[in-house]
Amino acid sequence: MHEKNSNDQVLIDGSRLIIESLARAGADAFIGYPITPANLLYLYGSQRMEMMLPAPDEITTVQWMAGLSATGKLPVTATSFPGFALMAESVNMAYMMELPMVIVLVQRLGPATGTATCGAQGDLLLLNGIMSGGHPVPVLGTSSFEDCWSLSARALEIAVTQRTPVILLTSKEEVMTQKSFDISRLETIKKVERKEYAKDCCDYKPYKPTDLVPDFLPVTQAEHQVRMTASTHDQDGILQHSSPEALANTRRLEEKIRTSMKEDYLFYHLDHQEGAEKLVTAYGISAAAAREAVRKMRREGQKVSLFIPKTLLPLPPVYLEIVSGYRRVVIAEENMNNQLGSLLFGQKLPENIRFVGNLGKMIAPEEIEKEVMS
Amino acid sequence: MTGSMIKLQNLPYCKGCGHDLIAKNSTEALEKLGYNPLDVIAVTDIGCHGIIDKCLNTHTVHGLHGRSVALGAGISFGTGSKDQKIVVFVGDGGTTIGLQHIMEAARLNLNVTVVVHNNMLYGMTGGQSSGLTPKGFCTTTSFKGNPFTGYDICKLAHTAGARYVSRIMGVGNITEAIMKAFSQEGFSLVEVMEICPSYGVKLNPRRKLKEIVEESGRELGEWTNDLPPFLDRQEEKTANLLDKTPVISKTFNHQLQQPYSLVISGSAGEGVQLAANIFAKAAMSADLHATQKGSYPVTVGVGFSTAEINVSPEEVLFHGISVPDVALITSSDGLQHNRQRIERMQQGKLFIDSSLTPPNTGAEVILRDFRSVGARNAAIHAILYLCRQTKILDESSVYHIIQQEGKADKLPLDKIKKAMES
Repeated sequence: MHEKNSNDQVLIDGSRLIIESLARAGADAFIGYPITPANLLYLYGSQRMEMMLPAPDEITTVQWMAGLSATGKLPVTATSFPGFALMAESVNMAYMMELPMVIVLVQRLGPATGTATCGAQGDLLLLNGIMSGGHPVPVLGTSSFEDCWSLSARALEIAVTQRTPVILLTSKEEVMTQKSFDISRLETIKKVERKEYAKDCCDYKPYKPTDLVPDFLPVTQAEHQVRMTASTHDQDGILQHSSPEALANTRRLEEKIRTSMKEDYLFYHLDHQEGAEKLVTAYGISAAAAREAVRKMRREGQKVSLFIPKTLLPLPPVYLEIVSGYRRVVIAEENMNNQLGSLLFGQKLPENIRFVGNLGKMIAPEEIEKEVMS
Repeated sequence: MTGSMIKLQNLPYCKGCGHDLIAKNSTEALEKLGYNPLDVIAVTDIGCHGIIDKCLNTHTVHGLHGRSVALGAGISFGTGSKDQKIVVFVGDGGTTIGLQHIMEAARLNLNVTVVVHNNMLYGMTGGQSSGLTPKGFCTTTSFKGNPFTGYDICKLAHTAGARYVSRIMGVGNITEAIMKAFSQEGFSLVEVMEICPSYGVKLNPRRKLKEIVEESGRELGEWTNDLPPFLDRQEEKTANLLDKTPVISKTFNHQLQQPYSLVISGSAGEGVQLAANIFAKAAMSADLHATQKGSYPVTVGVGFSTAEINVSPEEVLFHGISVPDVALITSSDGLQHNRQRIERMQQGKLFIDSSLTPPNTGAEVILRDFRSVGARNAAIHAILYLCRQTKILDESSVYHIIQQEGKADKLPLDKIKKAMES
């Protein structure tokens, strides 16, 4: 718990923190298409980002972002499932072309249009399978205002250093609800440094990797030819059917994400209580209820630990080790089907894993507490 | 880098394909206009036309089927005023699936030239009809002739606002015609009419391209709009979004020992969210933590408007409210939206407008004519009345925030104060 000790208390929403953080980290373009509950992000994006462009649909949104990214810009958008569904193929394209961008996905109640003004946590499995071939796309999940601030900048950093689209997963209640918050405790955000190809070196190959990631050059320079393609390609960026070099390139795409996300970009919060045999696990909006439940149970003398995953995808292998260390694990996630649990354990949940889900309303701390104590 | 735009050996097209002609003439047009290869960004997509990029010495960006115009548009936003030429190649199938992208690029008059390779069917996938296939033209999905009229992409792009549009036949030397499109400032589109040698020629024997184009009613020609090219006009930006949220300094004291939850609900447009916001900030001015969650229907201007507020001496980790300590109801919309949880209240207080019938509840019911100060002010009236009755917050803290937020002139405070005394 943070004790109040500052005069910088503001009433603020997560959207404002996300956009300001992204802008400070170097995001310079916001491409918007309105959708509830992501509209505050659009509003702030238009006010803060150097460039704001209103796209006519979400396919265009990501195509414009990809084009901007190819010129060296760092574009951002915000959407919810109906918009994200339209973006899927273009996100694959940006992944294949290795173009940095950040998509803030604000979850709402589905399926389909569902309920636009009702929060949910229903999109984790969708994100896990969004890339054809099962390649992982980096997904970070916010679970507090501090995360809205620090993880947003990290999302942009990953996008730049790994040359990939990154999804910042959040939900309605996280980005629309206003809370008192001490902004003086926010960490300083540094602008992400972008490494470009040393132009006077040698022949540039747009997809020749250095430490798994190829050096970037924008199409706006005229010294080296840049080729980008969404099709299977060799290091020159030339379409290939399935040549060894091209397939190695496709394998590299997977490897660079898996390697960096389990090492450099592994973010989670494990609040282990000495002697605790029970663990509450939650990310996103349900982490708020989990924190409250754990606070209450501890005050009542219960021993209970708290685990909040923040690097969500690709699912870090260490998570299974963490949850395996407890006699009982309660996973709270605002859906019907325990998506995090199925990523951890597959279709057969071990008996010591309990699930608390909800549809159409936030999981309450009491529901978690009940499952921990039962 | 200077030199040829294209590697002419081994162009990848079937014998007699118009795409070959377009590739050679387009690159010749760029050379004649004085561009160096790396001054040019060629954007292609899926379709036979798109396999040209490996032969180009320009920058090449090869995207998704039908999305090359949108991708090229994104590049044009990023190149800004740089003296680069963005050339987008698209087929008639890509035009069909990406029609919106062409309309948008034309409407905004982006600095992009689109070359539509219209061979009147989907060549790469087996000769199926596209949205640009003329009526009567035979394809592998309409052996007796396409029963539908094709889009007139030139007319559509022109209507959308394109600076320059032309339709030409893909025969002979078309360099000059393409140069004209490339020379425009703003969006230009040139539709090159072709016939696919693998499917079009075989399925439409003895028909000549010229005759097919004429019979389809597609006129050759040029169309222009005297409209300015795209100019990025950004509104004034803020340098720091955090500066836009006022810091609430501790000015008042509170007596609260534990978390306190409040639901205030009325009708849309009646100031519920504003009143909630003022209450939350007033609590913060008394050194309390606060959260404010708004709920309303998808159409925000009608129906209920509900705000849930938590105030607490310690950080509020979970902001959801199942059953509140206090409910303030100022209209029937608000009552309807909160009836169930009011009925679940075992204790606490229900402040409800006297025009309404209170539901069965364990809460103490306080009836009050909140709407007497006008429906738009009922919510702030209710907040002030709550403070007076419960002392949860110092009434002055609410007035303090009203003043600080610049709302004092917008609210009939004298009228509300008078009503409070009655």
